[in-house]
Amino acid sequence: MTSIGSEMYTLNVNDREHHVRDSWIGESLLFVLRERLGLPGAKGACEQGECGSCTVIIDDKAVCSCLVLAASAQGASIRTVEGLGSDGRLSDVQQSFLDAGGVQCGFCTPGFIVAVHHLLDDNPDPSDLEIKEALSGNICRCTGYGRILDAVKQVAVSRRSGSAGGAR
Amino acid sequence: MSVALPTSVEEVVDLLVKNPRATLLAGGTDLMVEVNLHGRRPVDVVALRNIAELHSWSIDPSGRSVTIGSGVPYAEMETGELARLLPALAEAARTVGSPQIRAAGTLGGNLGTCSPAGDGLPVLAALDATINVVGPNGSRQVRFSDFMVGVKRNSLQPSEFVRSVTIPLVDGWQGYAKVGTRNAMVIATASVCLVRTDEHVAVALGAVGPTIIRASEAEAWLVANHRMTSRPNAATLDEFGRLVREASRPIDDHRSTAAYRRHAVGVLSQRLLSRSYS
Repeated sequence: MTSIGSEMYTLNVNDREHHVRDSWIGESLLFVLRERLGLPGAKGACEQGECGSCTVIIDDKAVCSCLVLAASAQGASIRTVEGLGSDGRLSDVQQSFLDAGGVQCGFCTPGFIVAVHHLLDDNPDPSDLEIKEALSGNICRCTGYGRILDAVKQVAVSRRSGSAGGAR
Repeated sequence: MSVALPTSVEEVVDLLVKNPRATLLAGGTDLMVEVNLHGRRPVDVVALRNIAELHSWSIDPSGRSVTIGSGVPYAEMETGELARLLPALAEAARTVGSPQIRAAGTLGGNLGTCSPAGDGLPVLAALDATINVVGPNGSRQVRFSDFMVGVKRNSLQPSEFVRSVTIPLVDGWQGYAKVGTRNAMVIATASVCLVRTDEHVAVALGAVGPTIIRASEAEAWLVANHRMTSRPNAATLDEFGRLVREASRPIDDHRSTAAYRRHAVGVLSQRLLSRSYS
C-alpha cells in the first residue's frame, strides 16, 4: 500500500514519470497538470465535471481531470492532449478539427480532442448518435457542434481507409 | 493531510479503525466538487481505486441475484451483461452525468453520499437490494431501506464502508425514469424506478423526500384492485398516480418546487406502469 504524507509523489503522464513537488496533497489532477507539471492543455472551467474541458484519459477511460485527486492517480497511466500527437505534429483528430472548422475560440477544443481520440480508439465507425453521446460531456459555446461532428466523421473515414492524415 | 492507496478491503478497514475521520474516495465525482468549489479540506483520504475486488461483479450460483462491487463505475452498467440482467439499473446509469462522469462514478459513491437525488438509489430501493457492509467487526448485510436514513445520511457505523451491493434478479419488467431541467448532464429533480411482475409492483421515488421513498400504498392498492397481468385503464392509472403523489414528501429548493416534484413522480410512475405492459 502507498501512503503519502504531503508533498512528493509521481505521476505517469504521456509515458513519462513526473515528480510532483511542493504541492498540497488535495489538489486535483487538473491543477497539478497545469500548475505543477507545465501541461496546460487540459482547461479548467466548471471544476465540477459538467463542461469536459479538462478531459484526460486515465487507464483507457476518458474522465474529468478536475474530479481526480491527483495523488490518487499514482500508478495510473495518464494521457493528456499534449500526448496525442507525436514529434510535435498534430494528431489526425487535431488536424481534422482545423480542416473542418471545428475550432472557434478553442477553449473547449483540447477536451473534445481527447474525448474524440477515446471514442475512435474504442469505436472506429461510430454513428452520428454514438458520436453525440460520446461527446455529450463536452460543452462548446461557439461552434454549434456541427463542424465538430464533421471533423469526427472525417477522421473516422480517413482512419478506416488507412490514409490517416497526421500522426496518431 | 494524507492520501492512502490501499489494495485490499482489509487494509481499508485497518486504516479506518486507526483514523475513523478519514474520508473515503471512490470515483471522486462528489468529493472533488466539494474540494474544488465548496472549500472542503479533507484531513486524510483513503482512495479505493486500487482495490481490484471492488471493481468486479458476479451472479450468485443459483442465478437469483447479482452482486456489484462498490467501485464498479456506472459506465459498466449501461451496456452488456449487467444491463441485460438489470435493465432499470442500466437506464438509471445512462442518466448519470456525462460519459466522463459515468466512467468514474460508482454505486458505492452514491451510497456513501446518500443524496436523495442519487440516480442509482431508487433502483436499489425498488429491487430490495442489500448493502454488504464491512468494518472492524466483520461483514454485515443491511437492507437498502435501513441503509439510507436521511438526506446524505446512512446507517454506516464508524470505520465501516460499503463493499458491494446485492440486487435480486426479478422475473418481470423494470424501468427507470427521471426528470431534470434538461435531457443530459442533469441532477434529478424527480426520479422513479418501477418493477412489475404478474403478482406485484414496486415503486421507488427519488429526489422527493429525505430518503428514497417506496410508494407502499400505491403498490398495495394496485395489487388489490387490478388484475396484474392486464393493462391498466385510465381510471386505474389516475388512482395509481394519485397514491404515488401522496407518498412523496418533496420540498422547494434551487432545483425545483415541491408542487412540480409531486406532480412529476405521479406522471413518471404512470408512464412506467403503462410502459411495463407495452
